[in-house]
Amino acid sequence: MNGVFEWEKPLVELERRIEELQAFTVKEGIDLSDEIATLERKAESLRRQIYASLTPWQRVMIARHKERPTTLDYIGLIFDEFFELHGDRAVREDAAMVGGIALLDGRPVTVIGPQKGRSTKENIRRNFGLPHPEGYRKAMRLMKQAEKFNRPVISLIDVVGAYPGIEAEERGQGVLIAESIRCMSALTVPTICVITGEGGSGGALAIGVGDRVLMLENAWYSVISPEMCAQILWRDTSRAAEAAKLLRLTAADLAEFGIVDEVIPEPLGGAHRDPEKVAAAMKEAIVRHLSALDGLSKDELLSARHEKYRKIGAYTVRTEDELVRLEEARAEAEAPGEEEVHTD
Amino acid sequence: MSKFRDIFRGRPKYVTVRSQSEEGQGSRRELPDGLWTKCEGCGTPIYHKDLAKNLFVCEKCGFHHQIGARDRIAQIVDDMDAFEEFDRELWPANPLQFPDYEKKTQADREKTGLSDAIMTGKGTVGGYPAVLIAFDFFFRGGSMGSVVGEKVTRAFERATEQRLPVIAFPASGGARMQEGIFSLMQMQKTAWAVETHSRAGLLYISVLTDPTLAGVYGSFAALGDIIIAEPKATVGFAGPSVITETIRRPIPPDLQSAETVFANGFIDRIVPRTELKAALTQLLRYHAPVHSQRV
Ligand SMILES: [Zn+2]
Repeated sequence: MNGVFEWEKPLVELERRIEELQAFTVKEGIDLSDEIATLERKAESLRRQIYASLTPWQRVMIARHKERPTTLDYIGLIFDEFFELHGDRAVREDAAMVGGIALLDGRPVTVIGPQKGRSTKENIRRNFGLPHPEGYRKAMRLMKQAEKFNRPVISLIDVVGAYPGIEAEERGQGVLIAESIRCMSALTVPTICVITGEGGSGGALAIGVGDRVLMLENAWYSVISPEMCAQILWRDTSRAAEAAKLLRLTAADLAEFGIVDEVIPEPLGGAHRDPEKVAAAMKEAIVRHLSALDGLSKDELLSARHEKYRKIGAYTVRTEDELVRLEEARAEAEAPGEEEVHTD
Repeated sequence: MSKFRDIFRGRPKYVTVRSQSEEGQGSRRELPDGLWTKCEGCGTPIYHKDLAKNLFVCEKCGFHHQIGARDRIAQIVDDMDAFEEFDRELWPANPLQFPDYEKKTQADREKTGLSDAIMTGKGTVGGYPAVLIAFDFFFRGGSMGSVVGEKVTRAFERATEQRLPVIAFPASGGARMQEGIFSLMQMQKTAWAVETHSRAGLLYISVLTDPTLAGVYGSFAALGDIIIAEPKATVGFAGPSVITETIRRPIPPDLQSAETVFANGFIDRIVPRTELKAALTQLLRYHAPVHSQRV
């Protein structure tokens, strides 16, 4: 069973049996509609049971499903036309980041996003969807071009993280990520980001600063991938499922934290089960949010964006008395008192 | 002068020497004054007071030992007693309810005397008023969570209001994993704070110290008008072990050394710690006309 997860297998078995019975009905002319109806009810209840209680790790796996629609798939489904533009005008073309001008219900917009491959060959050409510094430079070039021509920027995000490679480091990916974050923060045109699959750390945020940040139901977005988190915590990447839970990386978590403005539902099982439907929901949300942003002046747009991001953070504020008390306790615990003498 | 700072006055001064802990973050070994310590670079035993006098740089081999935020600022400002610390009431929360996170920050608080991995404030450097931002690698590997991001942001905001230059000394493994998405977002917050300060025509000098990595390098640290690095500091985005695992072959040992990053064109100048204050003063002097001169 290709592309089927372990936890889906009982359901897929059942679905196959229903298909067999239907085929048998047609072939032998025997009415099995009662049996089929019973099985279909069973399948429906199983479907709800399986997909209502997906763990964060199961969602990560769905987000990485090899048939999950890619950035170019969504571009083809959402926009009327797409004219792809290439190159960073400095070093080289990076096929791991795509971008260009598209028509959204006839309106020109700039679209950017990392692009994963379908085949091994395409994945090698696209570096498994992991941009080099040139990809971020290309994205910045296209975003600035959008600003010049006053068209909105739509960023479709599906990237596991920055690329841990020698050349990416040599060509300053840290600098490009910082510059891209700054560039996007400063854009005077509306920006809408949609996390469609994986939203991994700085690689995602570099193209993820938006007036609106939307997220597909089974996408994940985190400061670190579950595998790397598990590696740091337990030196064991096989415990990624536990790490995924700790990181609170699901769309529902991020909506609760106020990082994501809207969660776009996926069909049961994931976006690959019905790409057209997901794309239609994405398009509806993008158009709706854009029309709300269209009413804002450039100044209003920028101050709303900056207020939204300025507020993000979770910390506590202590009183002066508390600080003094805690510091006294600490100083006492250390208790040397003398400048020159100290014993542990 | 606050009571808080007075408490620190009587503390013994420590040499702080890095050792890699399980999380790849530094832990501080505290060695009392009057003892000998071994240079991490060449192994030569050095009388601690001599090491401190030379700003924790080995006189024999030039190895730059890591120093805490407070030591860093004390080395740069003209008068530590006149240093006005910002926002020390901000303490970390645990927004993801990450296991053991409070315990770890509490332990690091006791170790460093800081509420989180950073100290910010205002002082004078060679007579020029400036806002200073110093990371403390001994607190959670200098990682940037909400408190660190907020303090960096506020430091830039105050500098913008008061028309002051900013000098930042990152020393960080990157974002604070335990604060998840909240730490990631600090990259945007700090990068935008730099941009606002920059648009006011004010100077920002970023001094990359060992190590400056990942989410800290990929945000405010890489955005200085002038970028200086200490010799041999590790500077990069992806961690060396992650690169090795991904490409499945060993990486050049100096791939992320400040000298290589300088040669690749991403650093203006490498300045030894013993010459750092003079270099910073020189740069502040060139930019003095654009900044406010009141202290
Ligand atoms: Zn030495």
